Amino acid sequence: MSLLKIEHLSKFFGGLKAVSNFDLTVDQGSLVGLIGPNGAGKTTVFNMVTGIYPISDGTIEFDGGSIVGLEPYQVTQQGIARTFQNIRLFPTLSVLDNVRIAYHSHAGYGMKDAVLRTSSFETKERELTEKAQDFLAVFNLQDRQDERASSLPYGEQRRLEIARALAAEPKLLLLDEPAAGMNPNEVKSLMELIHFIRGRFDLTILLIEHQMRVVMGICEWITVMDFGEVIARGTPKEIQGNPKVIEAYLGRGALATGKG
Amino acid sequence: MFWVAVAAIFVVVQLIFSHELVTDYIQTVVQFACVMAIVSLGLNLIYGFTGQFSLGQWGFYAIGAYASAEITYTFASRFSMPVDLGFTTLDLGQNAVFLVSILVGAILSAIISFVFGLPVLKMGGDYFGIATLGFTMVVKVLADNSDKLFFAEMKGSRGMVGIPPLTTWLWAFVFLVLALVVMRNVIYSTVGRAMVSVREDEIAAKAMGIDTVRYKTLAFVIGSFYAGLAGGLYAHLYAFLHPSTFNFLKSFDIWIIVVFGGVGSITGTVIATFGWAALLEGLRIFLPSGTETWRFVVYPILLLLVMLLRPQGLFGGMELGFLKPPKWPRRQKDVPTEN
Repeated sequence: MSLLKIEHLSKFFGGLKAVSNFDLTVDQGSLVGLIGPNGAGKTTVFNMVTGIYPISDGTIEFDGGSIVGLEPYQVTQQGIARTFQNIRLFPTLSVLDNVRIAYHSHAGYGMKDAVLRTSSFETKERELTEKAQDFLAVFNLQDRQDERASSLPYGEQRRLEIARALAAEPKLLLLDEPAAGMNPNEVKSLMELIHFIRGRFDLTILLIEHQMRVVMGICEWITVMDFGEVIARGTPKEIQGNPKVIEAYLGRGALATGKG
Repeated sequence: MFWVAVAAIFVVVQLIFSHELVTDYIQTVVQFACVMAIVSLGLNLIYGFTGQFSLGQWGFYAIGAYASAEITYTFASRFSMPVDLGFTTLDLGQNAVFLVSILVGAILSAIISFVFGLPVLKMGGDYFGIATLGFTMVVKVLADNSDKLFFAEMKGSRGMVGIPPLTTWLWAFVFLVLALVVMRNVIYSTVGRAMVSVREDEIAAKAMGIDTVRYKTLAFVIGSFYAGLAGGLYAHLYAFLHPSTFNFLKSFDIWIIVVFGGVGSITGTVIATFGWAALLEGLRIFLPSGTETWRFVVYPILLLLVMLLRPQGLFGGMELGFLKPPKWPRRQKDVPTEN
């Protein structure tokens, strides 16, 4: 069963075709990769799915309903959470608050309860905080709860960002270049983390990535983009041998020289 | 514990005032500081916590002041009902009208800020700052040129006289404490965290499922409610309103207080307001006679020094006493981790 179904998706910035006629289907429970050279339009696709950019043409269906035209916060409330290419934490807030903010839609109390400090506020706030703390423990960040998010080392910031996205209780997780700027050791533990959360939270994951090692290592299905269009799809093995993909990444003639 | 401290402060100051240990002038300055603290708290909620650059709070202060003055000017004398309490007489009727009037002023400010803020807050950023600056100027021009609005004489640029002086230490203090308690309760809840997330990173906040326009508007409306409330207290403190008070240049005082005390610190705003009032008035007393105007030289120099030595403000990122964020101890319970 497909969880996310994108058809004929296009985005024009003036006369520039950032994405044109893009199709993608993500099945429930799968781990799909979206790759392509710089400027291919991968992040633009993410921004359209999450409602940050309005789309120029096409349809996006999630969990059986159209999500075109929804505000970004509504898309998240429907069950799509994301991380960003350049980490976007709430930098001066504590690690715990970063996760607690993600629980906002599920807090279960409102302004009136907060101002009057009703018993509903007290119990729900406690529940929410304990849930956030347990959640941090899953990501091995429980000892960092009172630290500023911006003071964490890079790898842990990435982990916190993923934890925060998952705290919003999504069905589909979009990861935008999670391995960007990481050293080989960090990349290795990131790949383990992605495997782990997928099993634990029963997630469907769509991931943009530059590092071939990551994509080939964990994705089951890959879509390749170049100049805003899909140029290939298939399993990692098929993609590796596809001449169009090699051309897009290494340039025309690379294949011939490689063989000759 | 908190309420005991509040009651103690109230009683001590009240005793000092009623035994006339300090002059009337000082009493007025202390009450005025409470008023300024309430406007500044509102601004801090909008700018310090939610990150929206509002130059409009002074306009909402003016609206609250004129609206409540109109009501008490017209109705307070008709409802006069003095009651002898033995040690003092209290006019219950007038005070009831007064309370209603400042609430009406505050609610009016809140409604106008909602209608005004909804389209403007969507633009966000610098546009919001310019639009709110324009708002403050429009309110000032209206006040200058309105001889009569609704039912009472505003007398435009001649100044409105005849407002009953009903603001007392009791009311100034009660409203400041209420403003503080409400603000703390909002900030340390999921509502407050949603507001702060807008300041921290609006795009990330949206991606976390937070309706950012809604929380920006909410902060703006609460902040403007505070401004309107403070305006009402101000009108009945000096019993005189003049449009020049609401000139946008004067609105920088609340900015100075918020930045000086520490952006995003409730404690800082309150302490900075009293420090600011004490500094301005204290210099008037301590500078040798004939050189009082030099306080406007000394005061900016002191501000400059604080900003150089403590750029985050006196209490940047810090809270004291009951304003501290609630502490959550780490969970001892073993949670099942991997596998």
